[in-house]
Amino acid sequence: MNRSARTDRALIGVLAMQGAFAEHVRALEAAGARTRLVRAQADLEGLDGIVLPGGESTTMTMLMERVGLLEPVREAIRGGLATLATCAGMIVLARDVTDGMPEQKGLGLLDIGVRRNGYGRQVESFESPLHIEGMNGKEFPGVFIRSPLVERTGDVKVLATYEGHPVAVRQDRIVALCFHPELTSDLRLHREFVRLAMARP
Amino acid sequence: MGPRRISSVAEGNGARNGSESVKGSFKVKAGLAQMLKGGVIMDVVTPEHARIAQEAGACAVMALERVPADIRKEGGVARMSDPDLIKSIMAAVTIPVMAKCRIGHFVEAQILEALGVDYIDESEVLTPADEENHIDKHPFKVPFVCGCRDLGEATRRIAEGAAMIRTKGEAGTGNVVEAVRHARAVNAGIRKLQGMNHAELVHEAKQIGAPVEVLVECQGLGRLPVVNFAAGGIATPADAALMMQLGVDGVFVGSGIFKAEDPLKRAKAIVAATTYFDKPEVLAEVSAGLGKAMHGLEIPAIPKDELLAARGW
Repeated sequence: MNRSARTDRALIGVLAMQGAFAEHVRALEAAGARTRLVRAQADLEGLDGIVLPGGESTTMTMLMERVGLLEPVREAIRGGLATLATCAGMIVLARDVTDGMPEQKGLGLLDIGVRRNGYGRQVESFESPLHIEGMNGKEFPGVFIRSPLVERTGDVKVLATYEGHPVAVRQDRIVALCFHPELTSDLRLHREFVRLAMARP
Repeated sequence: MGPRRISSVAEGNGARNGSESVKGSFKVKAGLAQMLKGGVIMDVVTPEHARIAQEAGACAVMALERVPADIRKEGGVARMSDPDLIKSIMAAVTIPVMAKCRIGHFVEAQILEALGVDYIDESEVLTPADEENHIDKHPFKVPFVCGCRDLGEATRRIAEGAAMIRTKGEAGTGNVVEAVRHARAVNAGIRKLQGMNHAELVHEAKQIGAPVEVLVECQGLGRLPVVNFAAGGIATPADAALMMQLGVDGVFVGSGIFKAEDPLKRAKAIVAATTYFDKPEVLAEVSAGLGKAMHGLEIPAIPKDELLAARGW
């Protein structure tokens, strides 16, 4: 990674419509990045990466659309902005969404198909250790909360699976996870993402 | 029955050691509340209301037979809602569905868990079933939210296993004054802990009836160790933003939406106000032209024995 190309710390935006954005801010700062909450188009200026956090995907997309943020975020990510999406963020990014609201619009940039709440309702939410590619064989604590189920993958690399279904995927500069590293004290995925953000294409 | 430990939201646990997957850990119970942050949870009494709430951007709905304003008006014993109604609301929306049980009524809670609701509100809005004990919430896989008026009450509920806290406010009044009082009381209680040594903290715990262990966590974090929403009397976008500026993580709106003239418009405005709570220019825009808010009640006009916030121990 050509970290030497930039000497300053990465500036990562965290989409702050609704959801667990403060938890990502904490994890990113602990991983050495600077952060900025993204609530308007101007907040996208000068970012090295963006996080689409967990929360309710319907709430997030509706608010983004209402305030005119959906299109600028789509353009930024399409233009190569490094993106980390967790849970609802993955739904917002996915090309196909099953069991969403009929008119739910997302970004449609990640070549996967997901089923909302595909693992069931809250009583089925679970924790499970995961083997993630690039984590040196050491397990990662997977926290799954009303998680989407990845039912189809297109042109993406699967980084981890749980019971045969992908739970972490990568497509170019997009990393999308069904689980919530921001709810744990394990910073490895956030550190990895900050490195990805700093490695300009 | 799982271990009765209180775990910090910031720390991982549960899946750390074993290779088995674990359901219903405190981590995933408190975690769902973290996903609700910055959002609005709306009371709904029909599937149609639930769809309107979802369309407006609610991050969850509370399924119940009567909104608090009607419970207050009609009187009588208020109980858990009919499971058929709750199921019809669960079928109508994709966002999380919460439902209320009476304080101490652990069988109503068992029924709600069996229905598969996503969160249980052990609520003072319903008539209490036990005047000493709240539900032991640890053995349940479904998470609980509980009301509080101050730090002592909040920490007692957390010790019993609540994975989320809300202010009680005074439900069904459309009057935010009690929610403000309760949010400020929690904040003041936590501020008071800063700078105390351990002996002083143990003394404070005794004074306010707080479990020491949870109070130590509050002192370390400078906040409650679980997500804390505002509830009870929020009726306008400005009310929601006021509570957010007082430091809560999100808001419940009960009677305030569907007792107003234009519920969809008002609901959308309250959602936007919760996200842009610190942007007065946005608040000015979304507050305009909403039609009539719910009529509302002055707290001194309510007979003392009809105050809902006094329920809970």
